[in-house]
Amino acid sequence: MIELTDLRKVYGDDTVLRDVSLRIERGGVTSIIGPNGAGKSTMLTIIGRLLKADGGRVTVDDLDTERTPGREMAKRLSILRQENRFTTRLTVRDLVRFGRYPHSQGRLTAEDHRHVEAALGFLDLEPLADRFLDELSGGQRQRAYVAMVLCQDTDYVLLDEPLNNLDMKHAVAMMRQIRSAADTLGKSVVIVIHDINFASAYSDRIVAMRDGRVVHTGTPEEIMTPEVLKEVFDLDVRIEEVGGTRVGVYYR
Amino acid sequence: MALDERSTGPVEASADPAARPEGTPVPARRGPRSLPPWARITLLAVLAAGFAAAYLTYDVTGNVAYVIERRSTVVLTMVVVAFAGAVSTVLFHTVTDNRILTPSIMGMEALFTLVQTSLVFVFGIAGLNMFPPAVEFLAQTALMLLFAVLLFQRLFTGGIGSLHLTLLVGIVFGVLFGSLSQLMRRLLTPDEFTALQSRLFARLTRADPELLPWVAAAVVLVAVYVWRMHRVMDVVALGRESAVNLGVDHRRVALQTLMIVALLTAASTALVGPMTFFGFMAATLAYQLAGSHEHRHVMPVAFLIGMCALVGGQFFLEHLLGHAGTLSVVIEFTGGALFLYFLLRKAAR
Repeated sequence: MIELTDLRKVYGDDTVLRDVSLRIERGGVTSIIGPNGAGKSTMLTIIGRLLKADGGRVTVDDLDTERTPGREMAKRLSILRQENRFTTRLTVRDLVRFGRYPHSQGRLTAEDHRHVEAALGFLDLEPLADRFLDELSGGQRQRAYVAMVLCQDTDYVLLDEPLNNLDMKHAVAMMRQIRSAADTLGKSVVIVIHDINFASAYSDRIVAMRDGRVVHTGTPEEIMTPEVLKEVFDLDVRIEEVGGTRVGVYYR
Repeated sequence: MALDERSTGPVEASADPAARPEGTPVPARRGPRSLPPWARITLLAVLAAGFAAAYLTYDVTGNVAYVIERRSTVVLTMVVVAFAGAVSTVLFHTVTDNRILTPSIMGMEALFTLVQTSLVFVFGIAGLNMFPPAVEFLAQTALMLLFAVLLFQRLFTGGIGSLHLTLLVGIVFGVLFGSLSQLMRRLLTPDEFTALQSRLFARLTRADPELLPWVAAAVVLVAVYVWRMHRVMDVVALGRESAVNLGVDHRRVALQTLMIVALLTAASTALVGPMTFFGFMAATLAYQLAGSHEHRHVMPVAFLIGMCALVGGQFFLEHLLGHAGTLSVVIEFTGGALFLYFLLRKAAR
């Protein structure tokens, strides 16, 4: 379980997280939704140890993320940001191998190599394994990054806008892979996502944020209502049920 | 990234949608990848050793023992300078996550220039040889290190992004030191100015033979330490966020690395003088020639390229062209040209 207590983040005069307290249960897919500037990515980045909070604390399975050694945390929790650009020229396999660093400190064992191949296989990257990242399309590269964090083999995987820049087909493929990482590999996946309909179709829980606060948490059925979405996004959303999934229509 | 997202299905596996228009054939994998990194390292080592042997033994006349001893001193100096320049630049590139900046940006070479200029300004030409070489070396290195420590202190207390802020402060100090030196130089007599000028161009034949073995021993210790860091440096090269995600204490490692870079730069500068672009040249060529992203390959290749450039260059200038010029000037010119080339190529993208 990930537990946030009174988490606070201030940039200058701008308070982006206002004493957020939240529990994210173990297992399944949790989506964080909300308008731009709600503090979604900031919150995820702090949980992932990439940013220091100005107050409050985060624990992952009762370990304080600030006090626990980085190497220990890196075996339990991994995070992938949306922007990834490397100075070094790496092949897909090189990149995925880095996922084993917390476990082997760079000296890969036979077991590490098994994890690498499994991660490549899980994201259908075998044909691309020896290609350089700069030779791939955006969708392929995104898969390679996700393969790296899956290869890290942590219980918790945080993904910041994993659908960013993906077309419909690749977005669906990515969400299926995230779903199956939760279902078949038993990961607890937390994603920041803009498309409420993807969140509705693929998550077990939705956390809705606005103005640096968590305003609602619940199942897709509980969150995907006109009242809740109006409160979160300030927008009239019509909810339809299509094939057992609640879909929000808000385009006009 | 959005523009890259063009191809689908089977096309994906064979084409690079980012760079090539539809229908253009994909070039076969280029040759350099076929030669494994260790073979490249061996090749460069043989080449460097060949240059060293040629330089040591070419046309030895007169007092053989004396000539060989003098030339050995030069070669050993070059080992130290090549290691310091090449490896410190690779480490600096890795930890600052860029490949254009060089360690001289931290203002240490400007500090060296300022100290030397002040000596001449205050004591005249005699100021350049006032202290025994060991004392001058230690004082000069200590001063540069002290400056680096004061500069990096900010990293202990600062927040995110302060690495680049620290470097910026370094640049500002570098400019300040440079202006002060310039002001003093304007007030020197022509004789003093000439004497100072020759000190401010790196001279690889300048190192004190008594001092050199000690510096070399210190550099070997640093080399062992650096070697033990090569795996974590591979991770740091992915950038701060990826490194933190993979469990690296990024701030600690960055600070450690910058101190090593400062130590190497200070020692090399105090020994022979400032070499701004030499390290950049060795590191940049190493990225192209190492055939691997791993530091255990890149660092030796950079060092050996540096050795080849220094020993080979000295051999040609001294023996074949009859002392036609100062090696450091030629190397700085080549390195500077390479630097501009990469800068412009980056800007054109």
